[in-house]
Amino acid sequence: MDSKQPVLSMRGISKQFDHIKANTDVDFDLYKGEIVSLLGENGSGKTTLMNMLAGIYYPDKGQIAVRGQEVTISSPAQAYSLGIGMVHQHFKLVDVFTAWENIVLGEGGRYDVPRAKSMIRDICNRYGFVVDPDKKIYNMTVSEKQTVEIVKVIFRGADILILDEPTAVLTPQECERLFDVMRNMKEDGKSIVIITHKLNEVMAISDRVVVLRQGKNAGELETASTNPQEMTDMMVGHAVTLDIERPEPVNPRKRLVIKDINVTDAEGVPKVRDVSFYMNSGEILGIAGISGSGQKELLEAIAGIQKVDTGSVIYIDGDGNETELIGMHPQDIRELGVALSFVPEDRLGMGLVGNMDISENMMLRTFGESHKWFTDREKPRKVAENVVDVLEVSTPGLDTPVRRLSGGNIQKILVGREISSKPKVLLTAYAVRGLDINSSYKIYDLINEQKKNGVAVLFVGEDLDVLMQISDKIMVLCDGRVSDIVDAKKVTKNEIGLLMTSLGGEETIAEGADSHNG
Amino acid sequence: MLGFLAFIPRAVAQGIPLLFGCTGEIVTEKSGNLNLGLPGVMYVGAISGVIGSFFYENSVGSGSVNPALAILIPLACSIAGSVIMGLIYSFLVVTLRANQNVTGLAMTTFGVGFGNFFGGSLIKLSRADIPSISLSKTSACFRARLPFSDSTGWFGDLFLSYGFLAYTAIVVALIVAYVLKKTRIGLNLRAVGENPSTADAAGINVTKYKYTATCVGCVIAGLGGLYYVMDYACGIWSNDAFGDRGWLAIALVIFTLWKADLGILASILFGGLYILHLYIPTGMDHMERKELYKMIPYVVTLVVLIITSMRNRREDQPPQSLGINYFREER
Amino acid sequence: MDNKAKEPLIHLTKRGQIPLYKAILIRIIAIVIALIVCAVITGLTTGINPLEVYSSIISGAFGSVRKTWITFQDLSILLIISLALTIAFRMRFWNIGGEGQVLMGGLGAAACMICLGERIPNAVLIILMIISSLVLGAIWGFIPAFCKAVWNTNETLSTLMMNYIATQIVLYYTILWEVPKGSGKIGIINQNSHAGWLPQLFGSKYLLPIVVAAAVTAFTYIYIKYTKHGYEIRVVGESPKTSVYVGINVKKVIIRTMILSGALCGLVGLILVAGINHTLTPTISDGRGFTAVLVSWMAQFNPFAMIATSFIIVFMDRGAGEIATSFDLNQSFGDILTGIILFFIIGCEFFVNYEIHIRNHKKERER
Repeated sequence: MDSKQPVLSMRGISKQFDHIKANTDVDFDLYKGEIVSLLGENGSGKTTLMNMLAGIYYPDKGQIAVRGQEVTISSPAQAYSLGIGMVHQHFKLVDVFTAWENIVLGEGGRYDVPRAKSMIRDICNRYGFVVDPDKKIYNMTVSEKQTVEIVKVIFRGADILILDEPTAVLTPQECERLFDVMRNMKEDGKSIVIITHKLNEVMAISDRVVVLRQGKNAGELETASTNPQEMTDMMVGHAVTLDIERPEPVNPRKRLVIKDINVTDAEGVPKVRDVSFYMNSGEILGIAGISGSGQKELLEAIAGIQKVDTGSVIYIDGDGNETELIGMHPQDIRELGVALSFVPEDRLGMGLVGNMDISENMMLRTFGESHKWFTDREKPRKVAENVVDVLEVSTPGLDTPVRRLSGGNIQKILVGREISSKPKVLLTAYAVRGLDINSSYKIYDLINEQKKNGVAVLFVGEDLDVLMQISDKIMVLCDGRVSDIVDAKKVTKNEIGLLMTSLGGEETIAEGADSHNG
Repeated sequence: MLGFLAFIPRAVAQGIPLLFGCTGEIVTEKSGNLNLGLPGVMYVGAISGVIGSFFYENSVGSGSVNPALAILIPLACSIAGSVIMGLIYSFLVVTLRANQNVTGLAMTTFGVGFGNFFGGSLIKLSRADIPSISLSKTSACFRARLPFSDSTGWFGDLFLSYGFLAYTAIVVALIVAYVLKKTRIGLNLRAVGENPSTADAAGINVTKYKYTATCVGCVIAGLGGLYYVMDYACGIWSNDAFGDRGWLAIALVIFTLWKADLGILASILFGGLYILHLYIPTGMDHMERKELYKMIPYVVTLVVLIITSMRNRREDQPPQSLGINYFREER
Repeated sequence: MDNKAKEPLIHLTKRGQIPLYKAILIRIIAIVIALIVCAVITGLTTGINPLEVYSSIISGAFGSVRKTWITFQDLSILLIISLALTIAFRMRFWNIGGEGQVLMGGLGAAACMICLGERIPNAVLIILMIISSLVLGAIWGFIPAFCKAVWNTNETLSTLMMNYIATQIVLYYTILWEVPKGSGKIGIINQNSHAGWLPQLFGSKYLLPIVVAAAVTAFTYIYIKYTKHGYEIRVVGESPKTSVYVGINVKKVIIRTMILSGALCGLVGLILVAGINHTLTPTISDGRGFTAVLVSWMAQFNPFAMIATSFIIVFMDRGAGEIATSFDLNQSFGDILTGIILFFIIGCEFFVNYEIHIRNHKKERER
């Protein structure tokens, strides 16, 4: 392949944001008809590098050549005219528009709706997409939205496609279908870059893998002749073990019994349906499911934030006293020892206030406890000092607004705050979302430590591999219902995948997928 | 019935400035810019037209005016004035990314001050006894009725008795509704207002759309000011006479759920509410009640606002990025 | 296709943090440029020497002891309204209904003075006036807050409409209470008995609003920064989701805060009617409810910085009156100048928040 001219080449690319070097002297090549994985940890500069191809950012230094010609890409429109299209991790879709309106958006030429729709149908047939052109985006599932994004990029004539973490939101079955489509496109002579930090995907789909570490080239490998351990070491820069510890539960006792919980959202759509399960002290219960299957609502219902239609949540303390949590004020539930840490997509949306400093964010949990007129500023400050110290949060000081910290540090503060309240029940969702490997393992350790202390832990995760390693039991949610509760040591990834898309895993893959599109 | 027949044309005449303002603000807001400077823009649109026409009328002296020039000069001046206001707003908000609420309020301070200052200066120049400027010749051209309006009885009174700007207002509203719904420009503009980063990633020039929509919106709104002086007020400018119509126009935008065609009916309805107090008998000894009746349009707006917020449908929401400025490299 | 030529020359990045002195320097430069632009425009449109205009602005604000006192009195009034709005703004509740809340407060005071004046002891009367002003202002804050809390009604427009409703109500009572009949004015209330007139502090009729303003400034600062209520307001404003998450009752906070904001505006109404003008007119607030929005925002919602920003506005406004009389110009000329200065102050925030890089490729290659 080296003898051929690359369809795309980047040389010496550097980009800096507010004194943080996102990319330093990065080189990257892409050839016609190949799929390249751009591998790196979160924060290693993969997305930034690709955004410079898509015209979102402009490089501080370096050259980009497309089909042998040096070019300047200063806007997304220019990127499209060069045949480069990017599917962003956070979909760039207008919610109130239909699929076809989103697909034709920004295209030049005549505004011919029937022609556009028939072109969309052609693309779908050629590569195997399923899209209803007249469906509104806000009615779509994540996987449908992603399909619209890819069709959009092809519709605009791109033959260099960049997919940013496309599988993060998909079930294993949906991933397979995406990979099939990608192979079809590769057959058709298109070049594809897939940004990812999941090694099994790299192995499954790509021809070549380019690894970035801390914004610099860390190496390049042929997929056929490498293995996950080699890639990890290259990605992290030193040898790491990929195993998560799973201590045996010590003296498990029922701590929380959830019975027939039903939750309806503001628009009257049922989000949690007849969910029943129990949590033991000293055990980790993992929750798997496609995003939006009711995980958030379930956790919030237990924490007392979400209104519950019917059902009960019984908390059993160490002495066997039972307390009904439904109907209690969130503050009182928290004082019983039920802590909730939910890491939303934007990290700051729930649980933290970006413009407030670290101590003031610690205060969020404690300010309601006293009934005085003024806030107690001393206690949160001590908690903040402790969290920063124990979790090695890198921050200029306790007075720094949380927004200025990096994602990993923000998450440490959020999880650290919940743990510092010495909970009896810890509800965590997406605790490692967007973290690099070292920080992730730090968080896993923290959670396991809680487990050893006899805390009942509920762990909602995105990455099935992690979920299967850390949990004792896994509850799979599908469309707000409990699909099944399985033993994490015995279940396979594929079984969980099936449970995620269909209740009890009885339906076939195809039917499960259809029920999502319908 | 007769009273009603007389009421409708007056309601329409009251409603037209609101319609211009409402249509203009819809165009602006669809691009994601909440222009609270609209009242100022309408003042500037009006006074610029007045300035143009004042000097033209003075240059003609006591002779008769050329109808075409009498219309084109104020029209061109009004448009120029509004465009400048639109550019000031766009530069501050789009290029310099200033807070939209504050910029809008400053524009209103500036625009109303601008109108009243030049209005006052012209009044001084004209050495009139009363504190107003009368541009009766220009106004006559603006108020020229359609040829058949006198001979067609009630039909003519209802539909044909207005100056050309009134029809322009309705046509402009229909065109805006069509463009927003049915054309590529409309689609792109809506995308910019809903989600500028999506529009940007799709290759739409967000800055260009925001500038253009804001300036076009200002021009349309400015015509409302021009209509008010030249047609409704019969060419008489007096300071502060335009009142709070600009604010009402902004309220109308929410009232009509950002639909320009609905704006036609809504603004005429509002025009009616605005003058309703003239038609409610109070008797000579209870003049104070008139002041309470004048409250009606505001109370109705408030009630409608609350009712629409209760319904809270997905399609009835304001453009999602309304009031938020766009910066591509936001992280 | 020639992609090469279109390399962007100017490149923007968001600043992390800027040293305070730099931020202040940028703002001062903006004001200086604004004054120069104003001077040019003054020269062009009126033909008057701008330096004379400026000196007469200064003499308008500080030309005599009395003028200076009035300047500080106006400053106090504007400052209190700005502080009242700031409490709501920190919650991201865009209360532009200060105008109406002030008017209703004034109405409450005037109603007591007219209906009860000279009939009950003065001390009781003043207490009743204070209560009715605060309550009426609070009600005018409560209504939009309630709609926002329960139905998420757009508060910018609802507070705006409440302004007009307040104006019409005041007009109604103006005609009802007009003295003499047919004049359309209430006239000085209780001119002979001074019933319900707020007492003078230390023998100065100007001092009361200044003292109140100082107290309200300190109160607002402490309330927002150190109390639980203030903490809740900031959390709700920054992140409604987080507030729900930690169990703050958002509806309660919105309503409580707007009642306070409205009551403070009502207090201004009381001072204007019973302490300064001794009459009620529909224009008694004189657009200050809107101006206060600018004052509050320009100060970045900092109570102490608001003293400076309201000073700029009041100074220009007082000066404008002076230009109007001494150069036979229209009073509105001041509005134009204020507008231009505001444009510059608003625009200069860009240079505080963003950094501009001009690309120079030759330089880069030499490195």
